Amino acid sequence: MARPLRGARLRAVALTLPLVAFVAVTFIAPLGSMLVRSFYEPHVADALPRTLAALRAWDGSSVPSEDTFRILATELRWLDEQRKLGAVATRVNRLESGMRSTIMDTADALSSAEPGSWREAMIARDPIWEEPSAWLAVRRAGERYTMRHYLNALDLDRDPSGNIVAQSPDRRIYLPLLLRTLGVSLAITIICLILGYPVAYLIANASPARSNLLLLLVLVPFWTSLLVRTTSWIVLLQNQGVVNDLLVAAGVIGEDGRLALVYNMVGTLVAMTQVLLPFMILPLYAVMRSISPTYLRAASSLGATFRQGFVRVYWPQSLPGVAAGSLLVFILSIGYYITPALVGGRTGQLISNMIAYHMQESLNWGLAAALGVILLVTVMSLYLVYNRLVGIERMRLS
Amino acid sequence: MMGNRGEWTVPPRRQKNIFSALLVTTLGVWSAGCGTEGITVVSWGGSYEAAARKAIFEPFTAETGIEVHVESFNGGLAQIRAQVETGNVHWDVVDLEFGDAVKGCDEGLLEVIDIDELPPAPDGTPARDDYFEGTYTDCGGGLVYYSTAYAYNRESFPGERPSTLEDFFDLAKFPGRRGMRRVPLVNLEMALMADGVPTEEVYAVLDTPDGVDRAFRKLDTIKSEVVWWEAGAQPPQMLADQEVAMSTAYNGRIFNAQILEGQPFTIVWDGQVLDYGQTAIVAGTPRLEAARQFLIFASRVDSIAAIGRYIAYSPTRRSGMSLIGTHAETGVDMRPHMPSAPENLTRALRNDPVWWTNHAEELTERFSAWLAR
Amino acid sequence: MRHATASFEFSERVGRAVHLAVCGAVLVFLVAPMLVVIPLSFNAEPYFTFTEGMLRLDSDAYSLRWYRGVVEGAEWRLALVNSIVIGVAATAIATTLGVLAALGLANPAMPGRGFVTSLLISPMVTPIIISAAGMFFFYSKLGIAQTHLGVILAHAVFGTPFVVISVTATLVGFDQNLVKAGASLGGGPFLVFRRIQLPLIAPGVISGALFAFAASFDEVVAVLFLGGLQQRTVPRQMWTGIREEISPEILAVATFLVMLALILLGTVEWLRGRASTKPGNAD
Repeated sequence: MARPLRGARLRAVALTLPLVAFVAVTFIAPLGSMLVRSFYEPHVADALPRTLAALRAWDGSSVPSEDTFRILATELRWLDEQRKLGAVATRVNRLESGMRSTIMDTADALSSAEPGSWREAMIARDPIWEEPSAWLAVRRAGERYTMRHYLNALDLDRDPSGNIVAQSPDRRIYLPLLLRTLGVSLAITIICLILGYPVAYLIANASPARSNLLLLLVLVPFWTSLLVRTTSWIVLLQNQGVVNDLLVAAGVIGEDGRLALVYNMVGTLVAMTQVLLPFMILPLYAVMRSISPTYLRAASSLGATFRQGFVRVYWPQSLPGVAAGSLLVFILSIGYYITPALVGGRTGQLISNMIAYHMQESLNWGLAAALGVILLVTVMSLYLVYNRLVGIERMRLS
Repeated sequence: MMGNRGEWTVPPRRQKNIFSALLVTTLGVWSAGCGTEGITVVSWGGSYEAAARKAIFEPFTAETGIEVHVESFNGGLAQIRAQVETGNVHWDVVDLEFGDAVKGCDEGLLEVIDIDELPPAPDGTPARDDYFEGTYTDCGGGLVYYSTAYAYNRESFPGERPSTLEDFFDLAKFPGRRGMRRVPLVNLEMALMADGVPTEEVYAVLDTPDGVDRAFRKLDTIKSEVVWWEAGAQPPQMLADQEVAMSTAYNGRIFNAQILEGQPFTIVWDGQVLDYGQTAIVAGTPRLEAARQFLIFASRVDSIAAIGRYIAYSPTRRSGMSLIGTHAETGVDMRPHMPSAPENLTRALRNDPVWWTNHAEELTERFSAWLAR
Repeated sequence: MRHATASFEFSERVGRAVHLAVCGAVLVFLVAPMLVVIPLSFNAEPYFTFTEGMLRLDSDAYSLRWYRGVVEGAEWRLALVNSIVIGVAATAIATTLGVLAALGLANPAMPGRGFVTSLLISPMVTPIIISAAGMFFFYSKLGIAQTHLGVILAHAVFGTPFVVISVTATLVGFDQNLVKAGASLGGGPFLVFRRIQLPLIAPGVISGALFAFAASFDEVVAVLFLGGLQQRTVPRQMWTGIREEISPEILAVATFLVMLALILLGTVEWLRGRASTKPGNAD
C-alpha cells in the first residue's frame, strides 16, 4: 500500500509543481523584491561612502570636523560632475526638507573652489551646515538597512537623538488615509450587505427559471469590464450627467444646484458599491439556496410572525454567506485602486492610490514599498481568516 | 458520466492545428510589436500633440524615414527617472517643461548635446545666439513659449465676467468651481499675485518660508471648489461641459477650442505665467543616433515656427519670430493669440526654471500632503 | 400558512411588495449603468448625456461617428491586437498550468494541500497595486519590463487562480478510482487524462480559461506599470481616455466590451448548464 500511495503523492506534487514554480517566480519573487525595497536602501550609502565613514565617529550634536566637511565636499563635487548628485540630494531631502537645494547649491558653489577652510566655505554658502540636523539627515539617509520607510508610513519620525516621535501635524497623512481606507471598506461592505441580502434571498427562493434570469442580471456587471462600469458612473454622475439632468428635470434641484456626485468620496462609494455588489450577492445566494424554505414555513405555522421566523430561523442559517460575502467585499475594497483613481477626485482616494503616487510620481519607492507591505499584511491576515471561516476551496466563480 | 465520454475532446489533429495557429499568430504579432523600428517621442496629448505631429513628427519621418511613435504624458521627470534608474529606457525624446529640462540635465537623466550641434538660423546666426536668452541647456534647445492663464466659458457668466487674476480667487464675487493643474508650479505664483505680490517680487517672496505659507493660505481659500486637472486637454473639456466655471489652462488649448470648435471661451491674460518647453533625449536610450537626428530636426527654426501655425505658441528662437503668420487651417492671424503679444503682457510673470529646479521636490511633497488633507 | 392570521398575511404581502421594490431598485442599480452607455455611444453630439433630439428619437441625433473613430483609429486597433495577443497567450499559460495544478490538488495524496491552494489563489486577492509594483521592480531587473512577455506573465499569474478554482470545482466528488481503473486497464497517464478526466473537467477548464481571458482583457494596472507604448491594450487606452479626455469614442469601446462580456457570460452559463445536466454530476 505504501508504494502506490507514494506514487500518487509524487504524481500530485509533480502536477502541482509547475504552477507553484510559476507563481513563485512571477508573483512571489516580485512581492519579495518589494519587501526588500521597503527596508534596504543602498543608494546614498554607495554614493557617499567616505563621508558616512567619517560621520560614524561623529558625536551627533557638535559641528563636524574640517576633515568631514572636506570629504563631503569632495564627494559632492565628484557626484555633481558625474550628474549623480540629484538622486542623492533627493533622498537626503526626504529626511530633512530643504536639503536638496542646500546640497545642490553647495556643490555648485564649490565646483571649482579650493577654499582654505571647507567648513567656512560651506557654512558661508548655507548656514544649515552648522546645524547637526543637516548632518544627521545625511547620516540617516546613508543607512543601508532602515526602518524609516515604515516609520514614515505610520506618520512617525525620529528626533535628533533618535527617539521615535510623531510626525509634525502637517505631514501626518498616511495613518488618516489608512483609517479612511478601512472606514470606506467597512461602509461599502455594510452597504453591499444591506443591498445584496434581499436580492440574494429573492434569487434563492424564486422558481428555477426566474432565479436563473435574476442571476444573469447579477452576473452581467460581474463580467463587464471594470473600466466600462467606472466610465458609466462618470457619465451618470457628472455635473452635466444623466442623474443631475434627471434631478433638474424633475425639479428636485435647480439648474445651478447641480450636485457634485463624482470626483469625490460620493463617486468612490457609489461606483465601488456597484462594482463589488456581485461579490456579496453570489456567496449569499450560494448559502441561501441550501436553506430549505420549510424551516420558515414551519416557524410561521407555529405562529411566529415573518420577522420572528426570519430573525430566529433564517438569518442564523444564512450567516456563513454573510461572513463569506462580507469578508470578500472587505478584502477586495481595501486594495481598490482603479475606481478611486478614476472617480475619486481629491477626497475619494484610498491607500492604493497613495502607493501608486509614490511609485509613479514622487518615486519614493521605499515608502511605496513600506505602505504596500502594510497593506499586504492587512489583506493577507483577512485572507487567512476567510480561508479559516469559508475555506478557499469553496470559493466559486459563478 | 462515461456515456458522455469524448463529448469535449476535440479530435487530436484539429487540436494540434489550433495550437500551432495560436502559436504562430502570437509569435507573429508579438515580434511585430517588438521589432518596430523608429523612436518614441513623448509629447503632451490633445491639440498640442496634434500640432507637433503636423509641424515636426510627420515632416521628420518624411525626411529621414525614421518612424515616430508618440506617447503622451503630463510633464514631470518621474517617468524618465524611473526608466533611467531601473535601466529600461523606452522613451527616446521628451518634450519637457524648461525647469524639468534643467533639472533632468543636472541629474544625468538626459543626454548632453552641444548647443553648436543644433542647426543655425537661416541667415547663418549660430544656434547659441539665435535662441532667446536662457532657453537652452546642456541637453538641448528650447521649443516654444506657452502660457498658463485662466479661461472661462462665457455661458457660465451671463452677467458680470471675470477680468483679473484676483477674480479667479474670488469665490464670493464669482461663485463656481475652478480648474487648476495638480502641481504646485504656477499655482503658487498665481496665488501670490492674486494676494497682491507684484510680479517682479513673486519668486523673492516664495523664497521665504512665510511666502510659501502665504501662497498655500491663498490656495486654501478656494481649495474646496478646485477640480484638479493633469492633462492639458482637460481644462477645455471641463469648461465646455461646464464642469468648472473657470480654469487655468495652457493658452494654446483654449485657442484651439475657440478657433476649431467655436467654444465660447475667453482667456484672461491678467496674471499669466509664461514658460517654455524643451525637447531632450533620455539618457541611455538604445536608439541614441535616431534620437539625436530627431532633436536636431526639431530644433530647426522652421520646425519650431511650424508649431505656431497650428497652436498659439511662439518660437524660442529669434529668427522664428518673423515666421509667425496665420493658422494653417482657418487662416486666423496668430499674433494676437500668442502669449507674447504686447497686449497680453500687461501683468505677466516669467516662470523661473532655476528657482523651481531647487524647490520643486520639497514643494511637490508639501503640495501632495496639502491635497491629501 | 393556512393557520396564519389575516394580519400576518397582510403584513407579509406588504413586506413582499417592499422586498420586490428594493430588489428591483438594486438590480437596476447593478445593470443600468452599463445600459446607459449603449445608447449614448450613438450620440451624434460629443456630450455624455441624452440630447433633446435623442429623447425625441430623432434619427439625426444618433450617429455612428464614434464607432467610425474607433475602427479607423490606429491606436485602438493596436490596442485591440495587443489585448488579444496578451489575453490569448496569458490564458494559454494560465490554463495549462492551472489545469495540471488542479488535478494535483484534487488528489487526496497531495501533501500540504491547504497551504498550496491558498498560495496559488493569492494572486487573486492581493491588491493589484502591490502586485504591479512588485512586478515593476522584479521584471525590470529581469529585463522584461516594457515587453509583451512581461505583461503576458503578469496576466498569466493573475489568471491562474480562476482556472484552479473552476477546475477544482468540477473535480469535487470526482472518483479517483476511475483513474486507477483506467490505469489498471493499461492506459498510460496521458491516455487516462484525456479519456477520463478531461471530458469531465472540460466545462471547468473552458470556464476557467474564459475567466482568465476576461481578467486579462480587463486588466490595466499591470499594463500601466509593465507596458510601454507597444504594449498598449484596450483598457490601457481607455484609462488614459477616462483620466484625460472622455471622448464618446470610449463609450463606443465600452459598448463593445459590454457585448463581449455578454458573450463570455453566455458561454460560461451554457457550459455550466451542460455540466450540471450530466448524469452523476449534480452541480
